[in-house]
Amino acid sequence: MTNGWIDIKNTDLMLIMGGNPAENHPCGFKWPIEAKLHRNAKIIVVDPRFTRTAANADLFLQIRAGADIAFLGGLINYAIQNNRIARDYLVNYTNAAFIIKEGFKLPEDGLYSGFDPSTHEYDKSTWNYEAAGSSGRGNAPAALPPNVAYDVTLAHSRSVFQLLKQHYSRYTPEMVERITGIARDQFLKAADLFTSVRKDGDMKKVATIIYAVGWTQHSFGTQIIRTAAMLQLLLGNVGRAGGGVNALRGHSNIQGATDMAGVFDILPGYLKMPAPDDVDFATYLKRTTPTASKPAEWDSYNYWSNTPKFAVSFLKALYGEAARKENDWAFHYLPKIDRKYSWVEIWDDMYNGHVRGMFAFGMNGVQVGPNSKKNIEALKKADWLVVGEIYPDETSEFWRAPGTTPDEMKKIQTTVYRLPCAGFAEKDGTFVNSARWLQWKNIAITPPGDAKLDQEILSLIFLKIRELYQKEGGKFPDPIVNLAWNYTDPLHRSFVELAKEINGRALADIADPTGQTIRSGQQLPGFAALKDDGTTLCGNWLYSGSWTEAGAMTQRRGTEDPSGLGIYPNWAWSWPANRRVMYNRASCDPSGKPWDPERRQVWWNESGRWVGNDVPDFKVDSPPKDHMGPFIMNPEGIGRLFGPLAAFQDGPFPEYYEPIESPIANPLHPAQSINPVVQTFKTPLDKYGTPSQGFNVVCTTYRLTEHYHYWTKNNPMNVELVPEPFVEVPVELADEMGVKGGERVKVSSARGSYIAKAMVTRRIKPMQIDGRKTYQIGIPIHWGYRGIAEDAGRTELTSANLLSPTAIDPNAYTPEFKGFLVKIEKA
Amino acid sequence: MAISRRVFLQSSIVGGAALSAFGFDVAPVLAQAKTLKISRTSETRSTCPYCSVSCGVIIHTLGDRSKNAVAQVVHVEGDPDHPINRGTLCPKGASLQQDILNDRRLLKPQVRRPGSDRWEDIDWDTAVDEIGRAVKKTRDATFIEKDVRGRTVNRCEGIAWTGGCTDTNELNYLVVKTMRSLGVVNLENQARV
Repeated sequence: MTNGWIDIKNTDLMLIMGGNPAENHPCGFKWPIEAKLHRNAKIIVVDPRFTRTAANADLFLQIRAGADIAFLGGLINYAIQNNRIARDYLVNYTNAAFIIKEGFKLPEDGLYSGFDPSTHEYDKSTWNYEAAGSSGRGNAPAALPPNVAYDVTLAHSRSVFQLLKQHYSRYTPEMVERITGIARDQFLKAADLFTSVRKDGDMKKVATIIYAVGWTQHSFGTQIIRTAAMLQLLLGNVGRAGGGVNALRGHSNIQGATDMAGVFDILPGYLKMPAPDDVDFATYLKRTTPTASKPAEWDSYNYWSNTPKFAVSFLKALYGEAARKENDWAFHYLPKIDRKYSWVEIWDDMYNGHVRGMFAFGMNGVQVGPNSKKNIEALKKADWLVVGEIYPDETSEFWRAPGTTPDEMKKIQTTVYRLPCAGFAEKDGTFVNSARWLQWKNIAITPPGDAKLDQEILSLIFLKIRELYQKEGGKFPDPIVNLAWNYTDPLHRSFVELAKEINGRALADIADPTGQTIRSGQQLPGFAALKDDGTTLCGNWLYSGSWTEAGAMTQRRGTEDPSGLGIYPNWAWSWPANRRVMYNRASCDPSGKPWDPERRQVWWNESGRWVGNDVPDFKVDSPPKDHMGPFIMNPEGIGRLFGPLAAFQDGPFPEYYEPIESPIANPLHPAQSINPVVQTFKTPLDKYGTPSQGFNVVCTTYRLTEHYHYWTKNNPMNVELVPEPFVEVPVELADEMGVKGGERVKVSSARGSYIAKAMVTRRIKPMQIDGRKTYQIGIPIHWGYRGIAEDAGRTELTSANLLSPTAIDPNAYTPEFKGFLVKIEKA
Repeated sequence: MAISRRVFLQSSIVGGAALSAFGFDVAPVLAQAKTLKISRTSETRSTCPYCSVSCGVIIHTLGDRSKNAVAQVVHVEGDPDHPINRGTLCPKGASLQQDILNDRRLLKPQVRRPGSDRWEDIDWDTAVDEIGRAVKKTRDATFIEKDVRGRTVNRCEGIAWTGGCTDTNELNYLVVKTMRSLGVVNLENQARV
């Protein structure tokens, strides 16, 4: 979330789409209700199903799963056509005024300029700003120009604003209706309501957009979220209390897992992974440290210019004394990558025999899918699997998945270790919630039986590996034997030491930015104190400030909220630097005064500093006249309506593409129906269905209030609440099939089948998609082949992700769990 | 006067210190009865491990954590001080006690040997030895120091770590520290999907 849970109470309008917080975040949904009750805020819900969130909406629209970009693009078009945009915000805080190079082409035919059909990739050199003073032609190197040509009248035909206007002019209400299934008059009602916050040039009102994995789990998920962000920039809603683009994460520490780089493509704090062409540390820093790119008269903080400080401090945290200036801070201890190793690719590589061993700690990969059958087959080819879990799960028992014969089992040569881990109440440490709050939890009891803490198990295994390399040598032992492990408790039974290391400490006496001395060994006050000369150590710069000399900020429990805006500055700690609303400089007009005096977050004080109720997300002494942009993490300092160069793989503006499996050809460009750079896979198990093969029902997957992923199926109370799997089937479809509620149905995709009882419902209505009657069905994901109901024989032992396709978003590599094609029959 | 149990309780609660139909004040007795269950427990502040709202929870344990006194969870409730959930919990958070005390919990390390159709118990030392040995073998067999173009890559493509959604920041940091030092590039998490 750019904002936070409580901040939702400050809004005037909510668009909730791609998420169902009333059912999936029930205790957070009190804040939308608070806004409704106390600010008379309106709620628009757009969803394939009439959910309990929809039941609280002022306006509900049923959309075809996956058609979101068409709807949001239609809103952008409506806002521009009806002049319901925040012009000052747009000109000063976004790249609307920037001029784009000549040669850039919009995708009328579904393709931007630079597409190479042989590689299915774009040459993105035309997706760039024009350098000031240049002709706009010529082949400048593929870097952002330091001095950008711009036109604050927004009239230039190659200005971002004019290109944006032209691009989304194709997203007419008629086109929106054909693609999404939302009737034209309903769409116009929603468009009028959403953009009403900018009626007659008023800047006081604020709208928020709230979403969840209903937006991310598509072969164009990143671009859905981007369309929302652009809409919010266009309306001047970002950085403001009650505004923003707010991702509701589905798990307790998904935000933290990303911040801490539990994923292949980054290092902690969103540092970039080294690549083979980074021949030394200086080359890596040159590639990954951006330089400012802006109009000459404007200023840009370009905060990522601090990358060298973050990177050196991280390497010092990893390798301690072994990371020295002379050996490039042990830079070559880190692996270098030049291709993707994302979730679906790991399973593909295991299926193809390249990944030979896997650790799965609290991660049930068979159930997670997509295409669960492929993951099961992949595990059969592995040498070993180490599962750390608290309950028996499908992944650890892949070798006896339903349908495996005794003969087949004998042929499965994988050794599987299943290690009993600790539950949440048995471990300390921090989770990061959706609002970016780091909150420390304490140990309540010890793990049962012989179970051990996860970190204890990992430490034992690592120290064993280290011992083997010390004794026997082996391939490149240096990073293993030199990893800094000088901990008081080498097994980390409490996480205090690691939490302090993540925050960072001084390794010599240093001066902090205010001139105070930080003594060697002291905790750092925040990331502004980090150095690139090896005198500081920091596991993750983004969390620096979370455990200072004053103690654990993440354990704070101050319940005061002086501004009344729900900031709670003394409760726990929020990254970055304890600020609660990101980009909050944009809550003020260019002269530094809040757009809405009733909701004052930060402001320019005539004494010469930015001050306020929240921590300013800005250079605190930069006066408004310098025109420094509020989006300090972008080298331009502004919000990007146009994503230049390689910011996105599939286009600088989002374009609507059909899901990989779709009931229709894309009405915008039937010849380029799907995302041209989408990645699919090629093993015999990677099958994709078409309507002509009989797969003509759109299927979506989701969670229930009473269950959490593949976990609470082990909890008697939750199983009692919702004891069995089911499939939500529209009444009309059930009638056509002759199926009554409670009778069994079989849902099949090109990849597998799922059998459960039908729950016949009016919550999903038949739709008209491009003039054709189209049905959608929905499947809750919570069941598999181990669990209370499963073990009692009350289910068919099928998993929802036996159905979902192996296709991934080209930017975030998230699979398309929503909006794939199935057929459904009586079982 | 006929008085139902429900009306009786209502009148005595609403009445507070007022005298009840019995002619004496039952409020203190009720108050004591209501607090009894958790009056001697230790309260541990924690965070619900499910969705990302991060509801504050209080875990009540009996047993004072002194040596040889094994604490046991007797109650889990929403933390009324928490500014987001303000004491509320959803159907999942409300059943957390059954997640902590659950007879389906895994209690012993187990191994399934190649070709086998069953789990066997294995002691921790043996499991750690075998796993350490397996990791080294796979790493040594699949580690790439230089790619085909002669560039230093120092990566191991044969091992994957897949991490869960309730791993704390500190655990994830330890994963990065250890796995990246092994050269692991197949590093993914629930955060991706």
